[in-house]
Order: sequence, then C-alpha cells, then structure tokens
Amino acid sequence: MSARAPLPRWADVALLPVLNVVLAFLIGGLIVLAVGQNPLQAVGVMLYGAFGYGAGVGYTLYYTTDFIFAGLAVALAYHAGMFNIGGEGQAYIGGLGVILVALALNGLHWALMFPLMILFGALFGAFWAYIPGVLQAKRGSHIVITTILFNFIATSVMSYIITRILKPEGVNSDESAPIEAISRIPRLGEFFSYFGRSPANLSVLVAVLALVLCYWLIWHSKFGYAMRALGQNPTAARYAGISGTRMIIITMALCGALAGMVAVNNVGGVQGRLILNFVNGAGFVGIAVAFMGRGHPIGVALSALLFGALYQGGQELAFSMPGITKEMIVTIQALVILFTGAMGDMLRIPLMRLFDRRATAGGQ
Amino acid sequence: MMQYYTDLILILDSTVRLAVPLLLACLAGLYSERSGIVDIGLEGKLLGSAFGAATVAAVTGSAWLGLLAGIGVALCFSAVHGLASINLKGDQTISGVALNFLAAGLTTFLGQSWFHRGGMTPQLGNGERFTPITLPFAPQLADVPIIGGLYSELISGHNIITYFAFIAVPLTAFILFKTRFGLRLRAVGENPKALDTAGMSVTRLRYQALVITAILVGIGGTYLSVAQSSGFNNNMSAGRGYIALAALIFAKWRPWPALLVCLLFGFLDALQFRLQGIDFPLIGQVPVQAIQVLPYLLTIILLAGFIGRAVAPKASGQPYTKER
Amino acid sequence: MANTTQTQRLEAAAADAPAIELRGINKHFGAVHANKDIDLVVKRGTVHGIVGENGAGKSTLMSILYGFYTADSGEILVNGQRHDITDSRHALALGIGMVHQHFMLVENFSVLENVVLGAEDSPLLGRTLAHAREQMAGLARDYGLEVDPDALIEDLSVGQQQRVEILKALYRGAEILILDEPTGVLTPAEADHLFRILKTLRDEGKTIILITHKLREIMAITDEVSVMRQGAMVTTIETARTSPAELAEAMVGRRVLLRVDKSPAKPAEVRLEVKDLVVADDFGIPRVKNVSFSVRSGEIVGIAGVSGNGQSELLEAITGMRERRAGAIVLNGVPLELEGDAAAADAREAGIAHVPEDRHRLGLVTTFQEWENAILGYQRKYGPGLALDIGAAKRAARGHIEKFDIRPPDPELKTANFSGGNQQKIVLAREMERDPDVLVIGQPTRGVDIGAIEFIHNEIIRMRDAGKAVLLVSVELDEVRSLSDRILVMFDGHIVGEADPASADEGELGLLMAGVTREGRSPAAGADAPAPSQDVSDKDAEP
Repeated sequence: MSARAPLPRWADVALLPVLNVVLAFLIGGLIVLAVGQNPLQAVGVMLYGAFGYGAGVGYTLYYTTDFIFAGLAVALAYHAGMFNIGGEGQAYIGGLGVILVALALNGLHWALMFPLMILFGALFGAFWAYIPGVLQAKRGSHIVITTILFNFIATSVMSYIITRILKPEGVNSDESAPIEAISRIPRLGEFFSYFGRSPANLSVLVAVLALVLCYWLIWHSKFGYAMRALGQNPTAARYAGISGTRMIIITMALCGALAGMVAVNNVGGVQGRLILNFVNGAGFVGIAVAFMGRGHPIGVALSALLFGALYQGGQELAFSMPGITKEMIVTIQALVILFTGAMGDMLRIPLMRLFDRRATAGGQ
Repeated sequence: MMQYYTDLILILDSTVRLAVPLLLACLAGLYSERSGIVDIGLEGKLLGSAFGAATVAAVTGSAWLGLLAGIGVALCFSAVHGLASINLKGDQTISGVALNFLAAGLTTFLGQSWFHRGGMTPQLGNGERFTPITLPFAPQLADVPIIGGLYSELISGHNIITYFAFIAVPLTAFILFKTRFGLRLRAVGENPKALDTAGMSVTRLRYQALVITAILVGIGGTYLSVAQSSGFNNNMSAGRGYIALAALIFAKWRPWPALLVCLLFGFLDALQFRLQGIDFPLIGQVPVQAIQVLPYLLTIILLAGFIGRAVAPKASGQPYTKER
Repeated sequence: MANTTQTQRLEAAAADAPAIELRGINKHFGAVHANKDIDLVVKRGTVHGIVGENGAGKSTLMSILYGFYTADSGEILVNGQRHDITDSRHALALGIGMVHQHFMLVENFSVLENVVLGAEDSPLLGRTLAHAREQMAGLARDYGLEVDPDALIEDLSVGQQQRVEILKALYRGAEILILDEPTGVLTPAEADHLFRILKTLRDEGKTIILITHKLREIMAITDEVSVMRQGAMVTTIETARTSPAELAEAMVGRRVLLRVDKSPAKPAEVRLEVKDLVVADDFGIPRVKNVSFSVRSGEIVGIAGVSGNGQSELLEAITGMRERRAGAIVLNGVPLELEGDAAAADAREAGIAHVPEDRHRLGLVTTFQEWENAILGYQRKYGPGLALDIGAAKRAARGHIEKFDIRPPDPELKTANFSGGNQQKIVLAREMERDPDVLVIGQPTRGVDIGAIEFIHNEIIRMRDAGKAVLLVSVELDEVRSLSDRILVMFDGHIVGEADPASADEGELGLLMAGVTREGRSPAAGADAPAPSQDVSDKDAEP
C-alpha cells in the first residue's frame, strides 16, 4: 500500500486529464509516423486549418457545436451511472424530427422554425433514447448493449426512410427534399463576414445555452442531486426515496434530446436537408469528449473545442496530406477515451511520486 | 418433399457457417465473464483479428500464419484491456468501448494506408484461406437418402475452424466444471476474496482467462476474413461482438446453451438471405433494411424479455482490491 | 477446578517455543499508524484472545500474520523460527489458518468445492473431491464439525458456513487458527457449540487466536488475553486473573460505563403499528412471517435476534425500502401504502426517520460531500421547485455538525474521509433533526468506537424522552437490553417472545433467539449459567 499523500486538487482535475490526452496524441503521432507521414507537419497543418483563417474558425465552431451536444448527451447519463453509447443513433433519429417539421411548414421564417426544429429534434432524439432507458429501468437490460444495437437499428430504419420515403423523384443522391432558405438557421457568416461561408450557425448559441443548463441541472437542481446519488450509490438513492426507474428514463430522454440537437445544427443549419449518415460519427466523438471533460460542462466544452479543431484540422490535412484519413482521428478519439476513461489512473502513481518528492524537498 | 428436405439441409448448413464467429466470440466472452471481467470489447477484437489475419494471409500467402496474426492482435487488445481493468482497476465498460473504437479506426486507417483499397485487404485466393474439408466418403454417400445429404452437405464440407468451434463447446464445459482451473476460474468470478485468502493470485487467474478469451475471439475474427470471406472489409464484424454478449447472457454463461443460442442467431441470419428478394403475399418484397435489422431486433427482444432475471457471476465488472 | 487446569496448561505451554511471536511489528496505511511496535507472544496449545475497539489494529495485525499485508518493520517467529510471511500461501504452508469475520466462501459452490478450492491435489477435480470427502468425514468425527459436503453454501445457516471456514483451514493442515470476530453472526447456542469445537481443537494441541470485542467471550474461553488500543499493545494477562471491567478500562484508557443511565419510560399513545406483516426477500422467500407489534411515543422497542432472522426485511418494509407482501403498517392511525421504488420518500413524508443498518450501502453516498449527505432523503425540502438551495443545505449541515460534534467540522469534506463513528453521527443527526414521529434504527453502533457509542446511546434516549417512538434493531444483545423499554425477540421471521429488560436474563433471551420456545424449555436451564446443556447443540438454528 502506498504511503503517499493524494494529488492536489488542481493536478487531479486538470493536469492528469491533460497528460492523458497528450499521451493519446503521442501514440497517435507514433502511428502516423509508422505509416510514413510526418506527425509534426501534420500538427502544423491542422492548427492552421482550425484557427488560421476565418472560415476555418467557423468550421471548427461548427464541429465543436456538434460535439458539445453529443458530449453532453453522454456526460449527463454518466452522472446517473449510465453509459449512453447511443448518441449516434439518437442524433440520426432526431434528424427525422427536424426534417419532418421543416418540410411540413416549409417556408416559415427561421425565427419561428428554429425553435420548432429544436423541439422536434429533441423529441425524436429523446424517443430513441427513451426506449433503451425503459428497458434498462424496467427489465434490467444493459444500456450499453441496447444503445449500441439501437444505433444499428437507426441506421437501417433511417436508410429505408430516406431512400424510400423522403427522397424526391428524380434526385440521385440519398437525401430528402431541401428546406427553403428562409427556414434554415442562418449562418454566422451572414452576421459576421469573418466566418465566410463556413457552416457555423446560430446553433452555437444553443450549444452554449445547453452547457449552462446542464451545469445548473447537475449541481444546482434537485433532479441533478437525485441523478448523482443514483449514479454513485443506487441503494442509497432508493433509501433517499429517489425513484431509480423514473430517473433512468428521464435522464436518458434528456440525453437523447441533447443528441437530437446535433441534427438541428446539421439538418436545419448547414445542409438544409436530411442526408444519409449525416451524423458521421459525431455521436462517438461525444463519448470521447465526455470522458475527457470528466462529465463537467466546462470540460465538455473544452474537449469539444479540441476535437472540433482536430476535425477541421483533419479536413485541411486531407487536402495537403492525403495519407492521413478520417480514421486516424477515430483512432486518436479511441486512445483518448482509453486513457482518460479506463486507464485514467495510469499516470497517477508516477505523478504522486513526483509531487511527493517535491513536497519533501520543499519541506526541508 | 425432397425439395424441402434439401432446402432445410442447405439452411442448416448456412446456419452452422454463420453461427461460428458468434459461437467463438460467445465462448470467448464466457471465459472472461466467468472470471469477473466484463468484455464489451469483443466486437473490437473480432474486427481487429479479422484485419490482422487477412493482412498477414495476403502478405504471406498462408492462412495459418494469418490465424496466428489474428490471435496475436486479439492478445494485444486483451493485454490492454487487462492492464486497464485488472492492474489499473479502471472501468471495464469504458475500456471495452474504447478498444472497439480503436479497432474500427485503426483497421480502416491501416488498411487504407497499406493497401489503398478504401480499407479492404487484398482478395485471398483459395490457397490462402481456410477452405472446406471434405470428410471421408462424403461424395460417395451424397446420394444415400436422408443420411447422405445430412452427412455430405451438413456435416462434411466445413473448414477446420468450424469444426474447432464445435469441439470447443464440450471442451469448455469440461474445463469449466471438471478441472481445477475451471473451479478456480468460477470462484474468482463469484468471490475473488475466497481465492486471495487461500493464497492464490486473482490477477494471474484473470489474465489467464483473458488469454483464453483472446485466443478464441482471435480465431473467430480470423474465420470472418480468412474462412468465411476472402479478405477484410470495413466494419465486417457488424455488431457480432455485441450479439455474442447478448447470447452469452441469454445462455446464462453456460457453454451448451450458448451453442444453442448462437445456432439460433445463425439460423436467423441464414433465413435473412433467403428472404431477400422473395415476394410475400400481402407485403410484396421485404425491404432489405428490414431484414438487416432482424438480428439486432431479436437481440433487443432477448435482452428485454429474459435478461432482467439472469444472474451474472457475482464479482462481474468489479475490479478486485485488497481492502480492509 | 477449571482454573487449575488452565494454569497447568499455561505452565506447560510456556515450556515450549511459543506458537507465534511478534516483535516490534509496525504498519502504516498512508498517514495512519495502524500497528505501533507490537510485541506479542502466543503460547502453543492455548486459546489466546485479542481485544480492542474498532480501529485498534487487531485485524491489521492478524492480517500481517496471515500474509495478507506486509509489516513495515518487525519480526515474525513461528514455532521459534523467524519467517517473512509474504502471502497467504506462505502462511498456510507454515500452518497458520484464518477464519474471517466475513466468510470467504463461494456461495453457489458446494461445501466440498469450497474446502478444496486452492488446495486441490491435481488438475482434474474428480480425484481431489473424493479425497477431500474422506478427509472431511474424518475431521467431522474428530472435532464435531459436521456439515453436508454436497450442500450449497447459500443454503447453509451461518453457523454451518462458519464450520466450513474452519474445515478449510484444518484441511490445509493448520495448526494455528486465527478467528476474527467469530460470534457476531451466531446465536448464543451456536456460539457455545463453536467454543466447544475450539476447546477440542486446543486440547488436541492446536493454537487458537481469537479476535473479539466481546469481553464475555474472552472470559469464557481464553487462557490469555492481549489488549490493543489505538494501534498499540497495552497489556497481556492471564484471563483467570482479570475481569471485564478491567479489560474494558484497558481497551479505552479510562473507566467505562458499561450500562446506559436512563430514567424510566413514559409511553403515551401508539404511533407505529405493524399488523400481520409478511415480507419476502429478493428471491420471493418470506422472511417476515405475520409479525405484529406496536411502538408508542416515548418508548424504545428493541428487537433482539441473530442477524438473518428477518429483522432487516422488517426494517426495510417499515421504511419503504421493500414492498410488503401482506399486512399493514399504520402510522398515527393512518395505514401507509409504501409502494413503488420511491416509497422511502413516502415513509419519510409520513414521519418515519430511518437510521439504516448499513450506512455505507444505504445511509450515505460516501462520494458526496458532507452537506450533501446531511440532506440525503430530505433533498426535496431544500429549495423552491426544481432548484436546490445549497446555502440552506450547508447551513443545516453546520447545525448538525455543531450539535452532534461531528469531526472534522467541514461540510464540504468528502464523506468517505470521516471516521466510522462520525459518519454514523452524520446519519443520526440528519434523521433525528427532522423531528420525526417514529425513529427506526438498525445496528446504531456497528463499527463505532466506544466514545461515540456512549454519545449515540444518549441521543437515542434523548429522542425517546422527547416523545418519539423508537424502534431499535441490534444484534448486540447488550445494546438492546440497555436501551430498550421493551424487548421483542425475533427468530425465523416471527416474534417469538417479549421480555422486560429489567427482569429478563440472557439465558432466556438466548434460547428465544435460537428458536427454543418457553414450552420446550427444561426447568433446569434458567437464571444461572448462560451455557445451555449438551443437547441443545443439535438444535442449531436452521431457518
């Protein structure tokens, strides 16, 4: 057993996660090297792509928005003791909600359409998370497995709906009819020319709002208290009169609703139509973001920004260094989840030793 | 009448072939779960070993070397999972999920980098795969009514991995319930303290279980790319790792029921191919997506219908710490 | 007569090399100095007791001896030879066996499988099991350790499970047996049977080390006793030459009141009524079978009984943690529904406060900060609507801290960092300060050191004097007797007897706890000797 003092709080909350992320990137860099590319050059290109010019920043913000929503969808469930791996599917189904209301009321001014899209995106996304939630609460079916399976089912269901139902006559690509320009969420570039033609849109504001609301919900509301009690000690939660069933179902529904916001950003904003596989892995990034951010909205925001930069940088990279693909990003994501989530304590002991040595040195 | 019988044999034949990767993954999961380690990462291991096996088989031209590579990849993944769960006492679910993503990303990335075919590995010729083995007298017996068809189509003509998978079931039952190792393995999944206080290493036992898991799932992944198909495709595991887990829970962590459940899934899969393109009286053609969805739906139904009552090994998913 | 034999035995034993000798054992856990320079000599062929409060370091010391931990410094000598005991396997090889407080058994294995686990002869089980079966039959004959080798552990009574633990050690050839708090889960009769087994083992030349906090047991069975206090060894003395009062004083360092001072009760109207209550466990088996009783305001009703006889399920049903199968729970004349998984909130709303038996599992979220646990169960009352009034909660927490002297007095400290006694105080303060009508308490002083025990007992009396109805469940018979105004004995899900603590004697209560009813009792057993006759040994409590 170790006789060392525990890590100081700042090291525990900030330093350790950062080190874990650095480690993940280091290993990613090694893999890049192994396939014959130059990781340092890659990093340079990525940084430029993410922050070097207005449209680039816009793209970064756009991705960050997606990842904030997806990250919150995982983080919220995490506080209640669950792993919501279904963000991908929930966002996808959320898109159905968005496009249905948008096409039904096509032509409505965006000021009215925007809240409607949010509502329906949330409802549909919530539904897709609600079912696994009920299964877990009432039947004890493991939420990880059910949400993963629901991702697969969502892919099939949406594939059918898009290709057989929503696709207009004479259109070749797998997508729905478009939303009229007046109904789409305006891009930031329409207000600030700095952002150029990048897809960042007013959904960014929704993301920030979501962060604040989640923070309040988790630590300043009775619901959040109940959720955290359930996540940390389900028996004590029962003792405290907290209905585990209710909490699980409501929490999952909220998570699904958050994931549905990804669809608002994408379908209602950028694309203006429902495209096959528009989620494109954002749900999974959300998992990495949530773990990196330790489930805290501030952490989620920062991690989402990091991954947003990574994605946009990755796009830039695809132009200049075609050898490094999107899958590399997925790999780094996985490494981040692994190091911050499962192996979070790997660096703890060496760090503790380091701090110990400094403390004893300082004490003399 | 004979037509139906032949049809049945063919479907059963498909069932067997499609059940094999599930069965191997399921048995793999059985060893680790019985020892108290939750392994959500079966999917990633299947995928990773499929890739490893196909790559090495393509490069060396030997299916057996491919098999070794497949097992090797699975061992690496297991090692990381073990490190995270056993030594670092991390969350086993997160570790498994992360490893799944890692497999998905790395396989396509490396595949593209090395072979430039959009993630696929080069096509394997017959000499580089595990091909069907014709059992003695199969062609001669083919025409014998009833038994002949059974023998020559259903029982003979599978590749060696298939036969191994089926042998693995009684082997597992024996190991688990009739050997010292099996006794200790089951004990460590129920009450690791019982072993620790008797002076045995919980860590060592769990690692041993993980090694067996890796070997079995590595063989399963190899089967996917080097026996069932002739190369690796992106995400070719298609959720089988998760279905195997559900099957394991449904089978209550016992080897013979696991066999039955996996055969059931295999049967559904086989049926799926049969149903495509057939015109049903009222519905017309069944959309391909509806058929694709069937195995996942069935798994959900299984999980919802029965699983709430199954009792997992008591220490499942909990890292072991000496505490006082 | 007994004293002479004991003295002779000790003199004879002193002539041999001691079975165990510890010199200067030190052990730290982080900042905690759990064992401070311990010296201990255990003579061969004796029963040696080690007493001390919770946290005194006794279990740690024995864990070092058994190889579970390694000492920071010091020497261990077994039969006169120095050894570095690195792990349990090594200890077993040296002939040291341990019977743990919480059994190290695999529930769904058979007795035989548990006994051979880790000590198998060969890779294949068949031969091993046959051999073990033979061995076990022999051990059963020689020492009275009868158990059905093919029974599943989960089907056995606690007393029988303990026998399996002992068999495990003996099967591996243990000559030195360490028993850690063995009687906590036994009826008085089962405990007596255990002591007979131990005496037989000792007479056959085995050495027994008994860790306990029960002074009565020390007096009954040990030859020598060592007292530990706050990590240090205070004294070692011949049992015949000491007394419980002396030992208690050595354990605490000051004079200890072994009884609570209280004025007579003044019970008023009936507050809580339980009528024909039937409660089943998670497997559907009834654990509370048609129980009826009532608790009045201003009285303490204590339920005595060995754990596992339905007390836990009874408490859970009354407090809304478990649904009842039949019967009624009536509070102030109003029947309570208590259905659904949030029923505990309804119970609280109605005025029932609950100090649970297991504070770690139920009563606290140890990862929460202290103020968050100060409102656990009452969180709805802090803040308007959905919002949580953290300020009000922290204020309440500070109030609790002051009133109950909770240390350290920091509402933002993580609850896991408080000691057992202080954690219990957090729970008590929370439940008592809400001014409930009924207070339901389970095992109030489990894992709490003597100083806090006195405080907690006084608080319970205070609640009673303030007109609350108090229902107390405890496996510590002394606690039940000293606190209660009325004692109910529970056995196998039934209330088998009622007693007045002032007049009831321990023997009578012990028989009731073991399921022997008034009618079945022989007139000889009664007021004097606590140990029942030989025949009772066969009627071990089996639910």
